[in-house]
Amino acid sequence: MLDNNQLLRFTTAGSVDDGKSTLIGRLLYDSKSIFEDQLEAIENTSRRKGHEGVDLALFTDGLRDEREQGITIDVAYRYFTTPKRKFIIADTPGHIQYTRNMVTGASTANAAIILVDARHGVIEQTRRHSFIASLLQIPHVIVCVNKMDLVEYSEEAYNKVIDQFEEFSSKMLVKDVRFIPISALKGDNVVNRSTNMDWYQGAPLLHTLETMHVSSDINKVDARFPVQTVLRPQSDKYRDYRGYAGRVSSGIFRVGDEITVMPSGFTSRIKTIDSLNETLEEAYAPMSVSITLEDEIDISRGDMIVRSNNKPEASQDIEVMLCWLHKDAAKPRAKYSIRHTSNEQKAMIKEVVYKFDVNTLERLTDDKEMNMNDISKVKIRTTKPLMVDSYRENRTTGSIILIDDTTNETVAAGMIV
Amino acid sequence: MSKYYLNYLDELESEAIFILREVWAQFQNPVILFSGGKDSILVTHLARKAFYPAKIPFALMHVDTGHNFPETIQFRDDLINELGVSLIVGSVQDSIDEGRVAEERGKNATRNSLQITTLLDAIESNKVDCAIGGGRRDEEKARAKERFFSHRDDFGQWDPKNQRPELWNIFNGKHFEGEHFRAFPISNWTEMDVWNYIKRENIAIPSLYYSHEREVIWRQGSWIPNSEFLILEDNEEVVTKKIRFRTLGDITITGGIESEADTLEKIAMEVSAMRQTERGNRSDDKRSESAMEDRKRQGYF
Repeated sequence: MLDNNQLLRFTTAGSVDDGKSTLIGRLLYDSKSIFEDQLEAIENTSRRKGHEGVDLALFTDGLRDEREQGITIDVAYRYFTTPKRKFIIADTPGHIQYTRNMVTGASTANAAIILVDARHGVIEQTRRHSFIASLLQIPHVIVCVNKMDLVEYSEEAYNKVIDQFEEFSSKMLVKDVRFIPISALKGDNVVNRSTNMDWYQGAPLLHTLETMHVSSDINKVDARFPVQTVLRPQSDKYRDYRGYAGRVSSGIFRVGDEITVMPSGFTSRIKTIDSLNETLEEAYAPMSVSITLEDEIDISRGDMIVRSNNKPEASQDIEVMLCWLHKDAAKPRAKYSIRHTSNEQKAMIKEVVYKFDVNTLERLTDDKEMNMNDISKVKIRTTKPLMVDSYRENRTTGSIILIDDTTNETVAAGMIV
Repeated sequence: MSKYYLNYLDELESEAIFILREVWAQFQNPVILFSGGKDSILVTHLARKAFYPAKIPFALMHVDTGHNFPETIQFRDDLINELGVSLIVGSVQDSIDEGRVAEERGKNATRNSLQITTLLDAIESNKVDCAIGGGRRDEEKARAKERFFSHRDDFGQWDPKNQRPELWNIFNGKHFEGEHFRAFPISNWTEMDVWNYIKRENIAIPSLYYSHEREVIWRQGSWIPNSEFLILEDNEEVVTKKIRFRTLGDITITGGIESEADTLEKIAMEVSAMRQTERGNRSDDKRSESAMEDRKRQGYF
């Protein structure tokens, strides 16, 4: 593996019947990422269950309950590497009652694979998965039209799915959509090019994942550095050292840059950018570094260092697309803790503007109750200002979670409009 | 390619440093669970990077089964001295002597599962609210669903079906008195990533990982080191082999592989050509298909 290889995180959405687990199994198997002892275990289980041959889907089943029920109930992470890239798969279940898991898996993904059964075309689930991909601003969507072997590898069937998909997705905001006709079961166009579909001129799935351009997906314009903690070494050598530790959310910081600390508004210049045994001239997303400033200013966790000529909005009133994650419904006007980057404040949901029907994408204004898996547009008021960007511009400084202080549970995740 | 992107190792490193700093910021008394294996050594190295030029602000906690490789203990003590951090030892032998746990019997007896009680006791008595581990999601299927910040109830138990969702890079470490968290900064690393990074950073690891001559016996498909704790069967024969270890656990259960790899370059080459998972040589995972999950639920690493 080459040293300059990149990491690509992608999510897979689909129901049990779409062949999602088989597709992942196929990707891992054909790219030689399954070890012999793992394969042996799957072979044993396949035989015990009376399956013909090796059931590749078994490879992705994680916890005991899932193995028994044959369904994926949580996000599971898989890893594989090719000579071109390292991949992290967030394998999420597709049923409507697992919308929250799909949202979780999608939150860090560079790409989403949406599976469509060639026999059934675009169904309610496809719309829901696509909606979540667009809501979470996954930059690249790959629609895999699966089970082509069951429609005699027909180009017509494939084109029909594309037409259906494009018709409804025109209303959504997905930057890059591609289509690939595959058979996960038979291995067509997953890793190896299919010999059954000469009419398809595009690349197989793996090649697409390997060559997709992702470095331009990072926001390089708006320099944002949420401070996680302050480093103050208790040693003679570094007596006056005061380093602000954090991870660059977006943009580029250079030594000498004029910066503003929010929310205080104090300004200074970057003196050094440090990491172990080296000082850097610049830092960019998603690097973890320690920044020192020319002036001594009071800075602590929750503050944000930004370039003075490009600041986020400091606001106590934010509009958010909120996905409810917890089994207990949202309490109207109750107080929650809100986490935004390293900042934590108290917050109240002031108003539910509307709720989405995640299947039809209709906006419901009469039913505003937020139960688990519901996605709603809400207005939130915080006790102190948050330094926010819109989620569309910045996935890090545009996202929040809500925590219920009575249980400490994470109850909701939101994207700032 | 444009200039402003990280390669995969830099991105994994940055993610791990971010997690370690979140742990420091969100908890009162975190420790690094240190086994002397490469993963916990890696986590310690990353912690050094995360807080440089300050010292690592965590103690290292070692759950000592008493069935150690002497090399591991020496390595641990040298590292502690070099870093200037403190060491907390939880002793399984003490737990046995105090009657908290009972030793397993028979030829395949190990102290592996006994560690759970010792670990939880050490966490409680030292008022640890977050134990940082070197667990990786690629190691084992039950670990594939583990969170970066993983909640443990006041009995130290993990409830895999009721985990807190983790979105973006916002981590919720809030907890009540008596509960604690486990944090896994290298969740997204694979065995290959670990070796490539150790090679790149030239991180010191115990000599056991390098090819060396050792007295071993052949048991359950791997070379088990001869030691004072080993009970030999009639048909088992002690031989000397050139071996190395892919993972390090108790000396009683850690199987070695025959290898000539005596440099980090050669080890990385060897690992990339491996067709067996690294835990394939760990007899603790061979007990049943859900062996790891069952131990994790009870509070295992």
